Amino acid sequence: MKFDLNNDKLYRMEHYNMNLTVKVWRQKNSKDKGGFVSYPVNNISSEMSFLEMIDVLNEKLIVEGGEPIAFDHDCREGICGNCSLYINGKPHGPWKANTTCQLHMRAFKDGDTIVVEPWRAGAFPVIKDLMVDRSAFDRIIQAGGYISVNTGNAVDGNSLPINKDLADASFAAAMCIGCGACVAACKNSSAMLFLSAKVSHLALLPQGEPERKSRVMNMVAQMDKEGFGACTNTGACEATCPKEISITNIARLNKEYLFAGLTSDK
Amino acid sequence: MLDAKIPSGSLDDKWTDYKGHCKLVNPANKRKLEVIVVGTGLAGASAAASLGELGYKVKAFCYQDSPRRAHSIAAQGGINAAKNYQNDGDSVFRLFYDTIKGGDYRAREANVHRLAEVSGNIIDQCVAQGVPFAREYGGLLSNRSFGGTQVQRTFYAAGQTGQQLLIGAYQALERQVALGNVKMYPRHEMLEVVKIDDKARGIIARNLVSGELERHFGHAVLLCTGGYGNVFYLSTNAMGSNVTAAWKAHKNGAAFANPCFTQIHPTCIPVSGDHQSKLTLMSESLRNDGRIWVPKKKNDERKAIDIPEEERDYYLERRYPAFGNLVPRDVASRAAKERCDEGYGVGTSKQAVYLDFADAIVRYGKIEAGKEGNDSLSIEEIIVLGKEVVKEKYGNLFDMYEKITGENPYEFPMRIYPAVHYTMGGLWVDYELQTTVKGLYCLGEANFSDHGANRLGASALMQGLADGYFVIPYTLGNNLAEDIYSKAIETTHPAFAAAEKVASERIEKLMSIKGKQSVESFHKRLGKIIWDKCGMARSEEGLKEAIAAVQALKAEFWSDVRIPGEINEMNPELDKANRVADFIELGELMCVDALNRNESCGGHFREEYQTEDGEALRDDVNYMYVAAWEYKAEHEWTLHKEPLVYDVVKPSQRSYK
Repeated sequence: MKFDLNNDKLYRMEHYNMNLTVKVWRQKNSKDKGGFVSYPVNNISSEMSFLEMIDVLNEKLIVEGGEPIAFDHDCREGICGNCSLYINGKPHGPWKANTTCQLHMRAFKDGDTIVVEPWRAGAFPVIKDLMVDRSAFDRIIQAGGYISVNTGNAVDGNSLPINKDLADASFAAAMCIGCGACVAACKNSSAMLFLSAKVSHLALLPQGEPERKSRVMNMVAQMDKEGFGACTNTGACEATCPKEISITNIARLNKEYLFAGLTSDK
Repeated sequence: MLDAKIPSGSLDDKWTDYKGHCKLVNPANKRKLEVIVVGTGLAGASAAASLGELGYKVKAFCYQDSPRRAHSIAAQGGINAAKNYQNDGDSVFRLFYDTIKGGDYRAREANVHRLAEVSGNIIDQCVAQGVPFAREYGGLLSNRSFGGTQVQRTFYAAGQTGQQLLIGAYQALERQVALGNVKMYPRHEMLEVVKIDDKARGIIARNLVSGELERHFGHAVLLCTGGYGNVFYLSTNAMGSNVTAAWKAHKNGAAFANPCFTQIHPTCIPVSGDHQSKLTLMSESLRNDGRIWVPKKKNDERKAIDIPEEERDYYLERRYPAFGNLVPRDVASRAAKERCDEGYGVGTSKQAVYLDFADAIVRYGKIEAGKEGNDSLSIEEIIVLGKEVVKEKYGNLFDMYEKITGENPYEFPMRIYPAVHYTMGGLWVDYELQTTVKGLYCLGEANFSDHGANRLGASALMQGLADGYFVIPYTLGNNLAEDIYSKAIETTHPAFAAAEKVASERIEKLMSIKGKQSVESFHKRLGKIIWDKCGMARSEEGLKEAIAAVQALKAEFWSDVRIPGEINEMNPELDKANRVADFIELGELMCVDALNRNESCGGHFREEYQTEDGEALRDDVNYMYVAAWEYKAEHEWTLHKEPLVYDVVKPSQRSYK
């Protein structure tokens, strides 16, 4: 959903209500085999968010004596990276550059069947229903996704001018919300887009220079250890990323990795 | 009961003197001292990382699946610092003064001055961590304006400043995890504080994946658990943001200060229907360029673009010419409510006003055309250029607005309405951030100390990071210096067993009710009571009604709530029930506090106390104090007053005219 600024067609949606069938992955815990269950959901407003539609379904399940569907969500404004969900085969659903919590029901029409699954990746085991364990991402950051500067060491912020274009490129990479959609979209379950975003964020800044080589080596090693797959440059990650993290970051990661491998002092 | 421990000496020297004389703990002893940090937002993550760097053994807890998801991440606009990089007259004193005045003279001078003093260090620290702040072409840091000030002191990273600052703190925290100085417990929620010999010595936490209760020892416990805005059900807080840790501390001896001081943010996307689960903020930075207006005619059904200029009422510019659209949040919110209550609201609900960028688009377009030396462009061509500039500055916010409302804000003015955003009240703390329970500290939004009755924009991030990076490393050491002989206490100690029993019995009781109504439905009803009676306008009569209604709701909750599932498994409904039960009790105290405060100040507006032109009417003779409530029994609190002494600033009626 991006604006075409030169298209001045007046943009206003009509509101409508719809009846839907939601086919959801239910799995009691990490040991349970799990399977799909279909639920009718009626009288859904096009103004609702997708998660509010699940709220409505859960309220109904609770009142009827059933168990509500467990799913990760928190900020509901597209920034915390907590929400996930494979919706009709797409991570975060049909809209481009979007998180599940920002997907609204006007993306669907009356009578639709919507299939909802958790992220599918070996490194993201299912905890319950639609929730998965993404702690592998934290461990990749622990391997080197930081600048080693203790509190109190800093000099004046303006003592280090940074080229605006580099700062902007670094920021564009740092916008990653760590949701894991890139892994879920990848046929190899590769975490290269996530990893490359962090490597780029820090490698593009002068502050990241001292640890530049060890950072990329250690983070790649940790990614491999976590069981993420290899990158074959299909670009599904970039197409899915809610923050539009560019695949050129992966190219930069490969360059950084090669450079570090060839010139490392260790 | 209340000793704020404010150092003597002149305001300028207090913090320097404190740091020069506070007790220290040597590195060998720090290794033996364990510190628990609950919550990993800006305050918690920065505290846990900094204390880990110092050598303390830290355990950090968060309810989310990763510390990077704490709700600090959603802060959009920026962070203030008295750097005076713009040469526009800023200084530590100016930031201090603006914050005290913005808080309507209900904050503590010494704390606020310290906040202003360390504000510059925060920016330096974040830059060193690699936080990609916005920059000018010369490579230096960029600034913008926020409400309630006349200087440009706000540092930012597009509309994602909170995200970038939190990721900086998160990375510092993960580095300490890798170094073995911090152990991280994600998907854990604190349910009880454990006290031994009147000192906080640990917590009981629920593992949200397995449902098990865990005992954790600490020589000190730091609560960095954020605000309680979700008591209103609808707010800009995250769905999981809750008051439980602070409330459990309160029921175990920590005084709760100024709970009625809540911030209603003027620029949020309006409610669209009963299904609404949360509200979304449109950053205050938009008020740099957006103009707020309503039609001059009541119940005007025309589209915004069909209403000519002379039939629009830019009511903030009219009422407050000096600050215009950049008045503080409480003032802007009340003014919007006033117009809507009078029948001038817009949109289907009539509970909204316009935030219009048309003028800014033309202004920027002309500047762009001027840069190119092109003065023959048509207005349409200028608008195209201007839209590009606005997109560069606010693109992500405009995208978010469009996704939620289905309307294009480049073509139509945004519709906005005030929504609950921040809570100035919180656990009472002294100058060292220690609560009235020894060994129990409170940082960031969860405490009450720095924002008085109203917080200025871009000051929450500043306070969270000030507390975590630059205050607690000193003040904790000053207190732990006397604890170096205290060995770690085994969690088999009877106090741990007793606290765990309290938590487990409460959970069992909740699960045994097996009523008919969902947790969510109770939460919605609570929110409606508090919003209607203890929201933007309060009255004695309404607050009394609210107290009775909340008490009745509590009784109903504990007899008819339905929680599916089991105790010893992942059970999000049970987690929510624990939180809502605490929100209900807090809601009562908020009304009690609002009823006690017979004045209007900042975000607390009592209809009985207003000036002739509808501005807040403070009562400095009788209410210039912090109201700290001590929990006694169900529905029963004792009020302790901490008088506010202004040595430097002379309180006057706030004027933004």
